[in-house]
Amino acid sequence: MKLLTCPVNGPRNITEFQYLGPVRAASAEQPEQLIEALFYAENPLGVMREWWRHTPSNTVLIAERHTVSDQILATYLPHRKPA
Amino acid sequence: MPFSLLKYGLRARHVSFGDIPPTPDLKRSYDVVIIGGGGHGLAAAYYLSNVHGISNVAVLEKGHLAGGNTARNTTTIRSNYMTEESVRFYKEGVELFETMSRDLGFNVMFSQRGQLTLAHSEATLRSFHLRAEMGKHMGTRIEVVDVQTVKELCPHLNLDLGGQHEVMGGLWHADGGTARHDAVAWGYAKHASARGVEIHQRTEVTGFEHAGDRLTHVRTNRGTIAAGQVLQAVGGLNGQVAAMAGIRLPIRCFPLQAMVTQPLKPFLDILVSSANLHTYLVQSSRGEVVIGGGSDPYQLASTRSTLDQKEHLAEGALHLFPFLHKVKLLRQWAGITDMTPDYSPIMGASPLQNYWLDCGWGTWGFKATPVAGKRMAETIATGRVPDVLKPFDLRRFDSFALLNEMGATAASH
Repeated sequence: MKLLTCPVNGPRNITEFQYLGPVRAASAEQPEQLIEALFYAENPLGVMREWWRHTPSNTVLIAERHTVSDQILATYLPHRKPA
Repeated sequence: MPFSLLKYGLRARHVSFGDIPPTPDLKRSYDVVIIGGGGHGLAAAYYLSNVHGISNVAVLEKGHLAGGNTARNTTTIRSNYMTEESVRFYKEGVELFETMSRDLGFNVMFSQRGQLTLAHSEATLRSFHLRAEMGKHMGTRIEVVDVQTVKELCPHLNLDLGGQHEVMGGLWHADGGTARHDAVAWGYAKHASARGVEIHQRTEVTGFEHAGDRLTHVRTNRGTIAAGQVLQAVGGLNGQVAAMAGIRLPIRCFPLQAMVTQPLKPFLDILVSSANLHTYLVQSSRGEVVIGGGSDPYQLASTRSTLDQKEHLAEGALHLFPFLHKVKLLRQWAGITDMTPDYSPIMGASPLQNYWLDCGWGTWGFKATPVAGKRMAETIATGRVPDVLKPFDLRRFDSFALLNEMGATAASH
C-alpha cells in the first residue's frame, strides 16, 4: 500500500486519491499558449508538481512527486505551499 | 532450410555461430545514426541496409539489444483500429508480420490466431460496429459477433449472464495474432549487421551538436560521431532525447503492467480482450497465460510494479476465466508507454532538417515494428514522408488535425 498525505486528513492509501495531472505552466486562456496547454503537458524526469484529489473528502491538493523514484516529497493545499 | 538443418544436426562437430557481431569501435562518421536498438530502430536499420542500400548505419543502444519496451510488450498484433489512417497503417504492419519468418529466414513464431474483444455494454457494441465497418472498408478481416459466436470462439469464457459484466457481444478480428518479440528484433538485427550495419550496445546518447536547423554530430558516452541523418526511436525516453535535440513532444509517460501465470494445458487459442475490464489475455505457446492491460493511474517514468495494478489485472482475468483462481503467477513486469493526446504515434519529420521521429508509441508499438521500420527507412532514404505516415506528423497538434484513435487497446486510458 502506497501512502499519500492529505493536508486535511493525514496519510491515506493512494487508492483513495484521484490523479488530476501536472500543474500546468501554460494557460488555455492565453491564446498564444493554447496548443501548449492542450497538448504539451509536463513530463519531466524528476520532481513534478501535480494536482490530486482526496475523493472521500473532496480535498483538492498539490503533491510534489519524483517521476522516476515515485517518491512523494511534499503535499499541501493549493496556494498554501509551506516555506 | 529443413535439409540444411538435418545436415547440421548430423554433423559431428557443431560450429557455434552468433547472429549479431560484438559491438565494434565507433567510426567517426555515419550516413545514418539510429538512436534506440529496439524493434523499431533495428527494423529501420534492416530496411535501410537490405532495401535501400544504405549500410553505413550505426544503431546506438543505451542498454542491451531490444531490452526495453521491445522485451516488455505483450506481443499483440492487430489492425482493428477506428480511424482510416490507423487501420491503413496497422494493416500494412500485420501483412509484414505474415511473411516475416520467410522474409528474414528467422522464426518469429507469428501465430495468427485471431483476437476477440468483448463488449459488456451497448455503448461498447456501438463502437465495435464503427470499428468493424471501417475495418471491412479497409479490407481487414473483422466483424461484430453475437454471444453465441463468442461462446463458440471461446468456450471456456465466463459470459456472466445476468451479472455485472454480462458479455453482450464481441469484435472478432481474424487477422489478430502474436509473435515472439525478441525474435523480431534479432531477425532484423541479424540481417542488418550482415549488410554492414553496426549495432553499438551500451552506447548512450548524451547530446547533439547543431549547425542551423541541422544536426551535425551525436555525442555519446563512447565518443562523438558525425551523422548525415538521425532517426530517434527510443521507447519511453523519447521526450528526453528529443529535448536534447531541442524538440518538444506532446507525450506523457505512464507505466503499463503485465504478468504471466505458470504454464497450463492449452485452453485458449485466441486473444481475448475486454475494454470494460481493462484486461486482455493470451495463452503463449509455452502454455503461460499472459495477462496485460494495467495502465498506472498517474504519470511515472519507472518500470516498477504495484500490487494495486496486479490485483486489478487478476480481477479482470478471474471475471473472464474464474477457473484461473488457483493458478500462480510466474513473472510480472511493467514498461513505459508514451501516451500522446490522440492515442496515435508521432512519425516523420521534426523541426530539424535531418532528424526524424519514430515515437509516441503508447500501447501500440510492437505491432507497428515492421511497418514503422519500413516506412521510416523509406523516409530517410528518399527524404520524402510516404503518404501512409503523413497523418502521424508532429505538426498535426499545431493545426488541430488530431486522429481521435480510441480503438487503441484494452489498457485503461
